[in-house]
Amino acid sequence: MGMAAAECQFHVLAVDDSLVDRKLIERLLQKSSCQVTTVDSGYKALEFLGLRQGTESNDPTALSPSPQVRKMNLIITDYCMPGMTGYDLLKKLKESPAFKNIPVVIMSSENVPARISRCLEEGAEEFFLKPVRLADLNKLKPHMMKTKLKNQKLEEIITPSNDENGTVAAVEPEIKDSVEMEIIKMLPIQSETEPKRVLLQVVQQEEQMLSNNKRKSMEEGLSTDRPRPRLEGIATAV
Amino acid sequence: MDAHVAQLQMQYRNYILSLYQQGFLDDQFTELKSLQDDGTPDFVAEVLSLFFDDCVKLVGNMARALDQTGTVDFSQVGANVHQLKGSSSSVGAKRVKGLCINFKELCEAKNYEGCVRCLQQVDIEYKTLKAKLQDMFNLEKQIVQAGGIVPQVDIN
Repeated sequence: MGMAAAECQFHVLAVDDSLVDRKLIERLLQKSSCQVTTVDSGYKALEFLGLRQGTESNDPTALSPSPQVRKMNLIITDYCMPGMTGYDLLKKLKESPAFKNIPVVIMSSENVPARISRCLEEGAEEFFLKPVRLADLNKLKPHMMKTKLKNQKLEEIITPSNDENGTVAAVEPEIKDSVEMEIIKMLPIQSETEPKRVLLQVVQQEEQMLSNNKRKSMEEGLSTDRPRPRLEGIATAV
Repeated sequence: MDAHVAQLQMQYRNYILSLYQQGFLDDQFTELKSLQDDGTPDFVAEVLSLFFDDCVKLVGNMARALDQTGTVDFSQVGANVHQLKGSSSSVGAKRVKGLCINFKELCEAKNYEGCVRCLQQVDIEYKTLKAKLQDMFNLEKQIVQAGGIVPQVDIN
C-alpha cells in the first residue's frame, strides 16, 4: 500500500451474506494489508469468535472466547442479512465482555439516517455505505491501532476473570507473548496459515476446552457487567 | 512497438470507454479494476463471474415468485431485487442496478405486469453486459497473446 515500513497486520472478520460483497470486502481488506476471515452470517461470526449458539442451548453464550478472538482488530458487517442482522450482531458483541472492545463497522447499501444513528448509538465505530471503497477502509486504521494497544492491556485484566483453570491459561501466555512481541506487526501464532485453517485448529482446541470446562466456564461466563436481561437463565453450555 | 499490439490496445481503450459512455459500467467498476494487481490478476473476472451467477439465481427466483397462479409474494420478489441491486452496485453494473431501482418500486406498488416486464428487462440487461464484458476479456487476452500489456484506461 506504499505506507510506512511499520505496516500493521490487522485481523479483520468480515460478515456478509452476499458472495459478491464478501469477495469484494476481502480484497479491499487484503489490499489494506489486513488478514481477513469472511463468514456469511452473524451466527457464523459469533461461532468464529467463540460465542456459540449451541445445540444444547438456543441462546448465544459468552463462553471463554477462543484464542482466535484475541487477535481480531475489527469486525465489519453488512446490515441487511437474513436471520441475524448486522445490528443484532453488533448488539451481541457489545453485550459481551470479551468482545465489546473490538471495533465494529456496519455496511449498508441503504442510506437510512435512523438506521445509521441507531448503529452508532449501539457502539458501531463507523457506518459505511456500500459499495465500500478503499478510501473508506483507510479511515479504520486509527480505530484498529488504538484497539490493538488497548486490547493488550485488557487481556491482562480480562484473563483472570475468564479463566478456564489451566486449559486456557496454557494457551493465553502464548497469545499475549505474540501480541506484546509485535506491537507493529501483528502476526497470529500460526503466522503462515490461512485464516480458514487457523479457524479449524482453533475450533478444535475450543471444543476440547469446552468439554473439559463446560460448567465452570458457563458460570464464569455469566459475568455481572452485562446490562441486559436477555442472556440470563442460560444454564447450559454449548 | 508492434503496430498490431498498438492497434489492439487502442481498440481495447475505445471499447472500455464506450461501455462507460453507454452506461453499462460506472466508477465502481473502475474501483474493481484498481483492486486487481499482479498478485491477483483474475480478481475482476472472479467477482464478475460471481455476479453473473447471482443474476442467474436471483432472476430464476423472481421468475418463480412471479409465476404463481393466485397471490404473488411481492416481498419475496422484492427481497431478490434487493440482493441483485446490491451485487450489481458492488461490481459497477450501472444499467442493471438502475433497473433494480425501478423494479423495487414496482414490487412495493405490487404492480404485477410492471414487475414481469422489468424482470424481462433485467434478464436481457445482465446477459448483454455479460457478453460485452466477455468481449472485453477477449481483447485483453489478444493483447497479451500479441505480446502487449493491457492498458489502464483513464475514463475521466
